[in-house]
Amino acid sequence: MTIEELEQIAKNVQQENAGYDYEVNVCLDLACASQGADKLREALAKAAEASGKRVLVRRTGCMGPCSHGPLVRVDPEKTLYHRVKADKAGAIVESLGRAPLPELQCDLNEHFDRQVRVVLENAGQIDPEKIEDYIAHDGYKALLTVLTEMTPDGVVHRITESGLRGRGGGGYPTGLKWGTVAKAAGETKYVICNGDEGDPGAFMDRSVMEGDPHRVIEGMAIAAYAVGASKGFIYVRAEYPVAVSRLTTALREARRHGLLGNNIGATPFNFDIEIRLGAGAFVCGEETALLASIEGRRGTPRPRPPFPAASGLFGKPTLINNVETYANIAPIVRNGGKWFHDMGSERSKGTKVFALTGKITNTGLVEVPMGIKLREIIETIGGGVPGGHKFKAVQTGGPSGGCIPAEMLDVGVSYDALLKMGSIMGSGGMIVMDDTSCMVNVARFFIEFCMSESCGKCIPCRAGTSQMHTLLTRICSGQGTMDDLELLEELCITVKEASLCGLGQTAPNPVLSTLKYFRHEYTEHILEKRCSAGVCQMEAAVEVMA
Amino acid sequence: MSTFMPPPLPSDDKRWKIVNGTMRKSGFARHALIETLHTVQSSFGYLDDDAIRFVASSLRVPLSQAYGVVTFYHYFSLKPPGKHTATVCAGTACYIKGADKLIAAAEKKLGIGQGQTTSDGQISLMTARCVGACSRSPVALCDGEVVGEMTPEMMTEQLEKWSVE
Repeated sequence: MTIEELEQIAKNVQQENAGYDYEVNVCLDLACASQGADKLREALAKAAEASGKRVLVRRTGCMGPCSHGPLVRVDPEKTLYHRVKADKAGAIVESLGRAPLPELQCDLNEHFDRQVRVVLENAGQIDPEKIEDYIAHDGYKALLTVLTEMTPDGVVHRITESGLRGRGGGGYPTGLKWGTVAKAAGETKYVICNGDEGDPGAFMDRSVMEGDPHRVIEGMAIAAYAVGASKGFIYVRAEYPVAVSRLTTALREARRHGLLGNNIGATPFNFDIEIRLGAGAFVCGEETALLASIEGRRGTPRPRPPFPAASGLFGKPTLINNVETYANIAPIVRNGGKWFHDMGSERSKGTKVFALTGKITNTGLVEVPMGIKLREIIETIGGGVPGGHKFKAVQTGGPSGGCIPAEMLDVGVSYDALLKMGSIMGSGGMIVMDDTSCMVNVARFFIEFCMSESCGKCIPCRAGTSQMHTLLTRICSGQGTMDDLELLEELCITVKEASLCGLGQTAPNPVLSTLKYFRHEYTEHILEKRCSAGVCQMEAAVEVMA
Repeated sequence: MSTFMPPPLPSDDKRWKIVNGTMRKSGFARHALIETLHTVQSSFGYLDDDAIRFVASSLRVPLSQAYGVVTFYHYFSLKPPGKHTATVCAGTACYIKGADKLIAAAEKKLGIGQGQTTSDGQISLMTARCVGACSRSPVALCDGEVVGEMTPEMMTEQLEKWSVE
């Protein structure tokens, strides 16, 4: 496959699409599919055929505002319809070429206007199982350009110049990581994509893998060229069967088109990718645990150094990046490092995809420039807290993150600002809580999670999280004392400082951040035996008092 | 050095051929352990002692290590699932939106706890860490199908339907 052949495919798709007067895009991502989007698509296809109009009905990945699903977008007018049921298919097809249907039309201009789409640029635009659709949207152009016009060093330089930082949560500079692996000695090197999206409440990576799988593959292939690897692995959660099947199809199609395999783009570059399934262990998001899991062993982390860049999979130099990091690569190569560097805040460049969920009006996926205020994400894009309730906190970073209170909403989102507030960027889950959530109970929820997900290798994490859970359970049931609170804080410091890997080191964050911003809720539970959110059952306390 | 001969298939059940195929694809390499266990579970529904033994000896992995892997990962199950399975998502977004009420309703209706199967083998009640459908929370998987914005009433109704089948 050469660039000319690629352009020919793109041209063919455009020609084919020009044969249609209208394109009806149906979102078939999990949220919409669970509300009957599949039947809707069938009905639309049937109605389109019966109408005699030239209509292309296309299934797409996630369009974003999942709470409005099932979503349908009619092009070229870009009319967005929400909560569409299958019985409306006839009316939609009939309205093509006339005025749009006001009862289904969805006004989310504010929601979309504040977003900048880089990773999600194709989301809702292409059929994820058609490589031609991806190619028609400049797909694989970056890969072939890199192979024919750039040196591996040049690619590393461009990524470094862009200022991209790892999107899995840690925020390590991607260019620096690539440079280290590129310089590592050894014939055999590996490139790994971490698709083990274990943070409960986050689904950005799932949407990218399901909605635009070739973007991830292209990013990995460019990375492999830059660091000198010829073999890659995508490690995906087994809980994401659709992502696995979309990636499998995408890999097959890429091979068929000569975009994976030997002599890609008629150059000496060889690269292929295999899928490895996770098996439900949160700790496997940690890179050394992930490597152990790909090698078929228990996913327990090991001390670093040596870092995977020097000794990773099967002892070879290995590059590990997150799904979203790879998804940023092709646009950076196409548009230049400076283009990316110009977006975002001082030390956090580009955009970030967030999964907005919990007590918020517009749940779903959003992509915003770094540096945007949390308030804008929650109130303008997210539409605020529904049902007349009051915003209490937003949780970022999953079990390793923290809860950010209302007073801090005017802070701009960046790796450093979130860290300063006692949370982390994490992979991008953003869970909004209102006055019906008890922050002590939330802390207990996360500690319970970390306790059961602790691999058990190091004692501070294994025993510490279990003791923290006991203390928090006591407080939540009204049996806690002020001494317990002191002990809890002490334990947090011990677990944070003495644990082997990121899971243990960050496990106390939800407790520490709620203690910092919502200490009064803890003391209320202990001194007044009361949970003002009404979540914790204080039965034990009542018995003691009686 | 004699060449390694993989053990014979445990029975003439065709599913063992699928399992063997997964191992053959990787040249019976040890690192194919998790892949192979996935194939066993998707073919048989769970992992029993015979299956673990067969896979371990085919891949030349110590039994202790194979068992260690099976018990380490939540996804692997050592018990056969019921005819129907209700899986309540216990991710953060679902927790905030009241997944605990769904679990309580199901436990009450079935008289079993999470991770258990009713004595007639009809229904299993499971929890999941997060199925990634957070925008529709609280979510439950009813025989693998995502049901969003589920209420305790809907849960009880679904279980009722299954139990009278």
